[in-house]
Amino acid sequence: MTDDTNARIDAVVKNNPVVLFMKGSPLFPQCGFSSRAVAILDHLNVEYESVDVLQDQGIRQGIKAYSDWPTIPQLYANGEFVGGSDIMMEMYESGELATLLKRDTTAG
Amino acid sequence: MPMAADDIIALIRAAIPDADVQITDLAGDGDHYAARVVSASFAGLPLRKQHQAVYAALGHRMGGELHALQLKTAAA
Repeated sequence: MTDDTNARIDAVVKNNPVVLFMKGSPLFPQCGFSSRAVAILDHLNVEYESVDVLQDQGIRQGIKAYSDWPTIPQLYANGEFVGGSDIMMEMYESGELATLLKRDTTAG
Repeated sequence: MPMAADDIIALIRAAIPDADVQITDLAGDGDHYAARVVSASFAGLPLRKQHQAVYAALGHRMGGELHALQLKTAAA
């Protein structure tokens, strides 16, 4: 990954309280896992930024190195990597995700 | 290229020897799996770290040959 890509990813992650790197857009997710991630965030009524990795191959590869995580979608909150769609689902079911995202969105 | 469930189990066990691994072939096509991995070594680790340990075991296959692996982990 180039320093430039890393800096671009870092800026998006740090400048948004909640950001989802996904395949496609929230209106038109291009993969089942991304679709599930969007459904969870919508259900929690969270405001979030999204980045379509299919539009940028540099970010698509770079985001995997950034978080040491091999798959997309990836959720970040308050500048930190939270996890992929399986972790989102588990944290959603336990109520942890609502707590985390509400705190992050009001803190920012 | 799809992977056989047994190969996934072997890779995870090689990296996490005490792991109890259950694989479900979700679509019956050898390409969409769910894995449940339970290991004492996960104790005290956040979910993110537990999943990363499994992904590390699968190496470059994850996100490539293994596009669709639904993962659930737990400490023993």
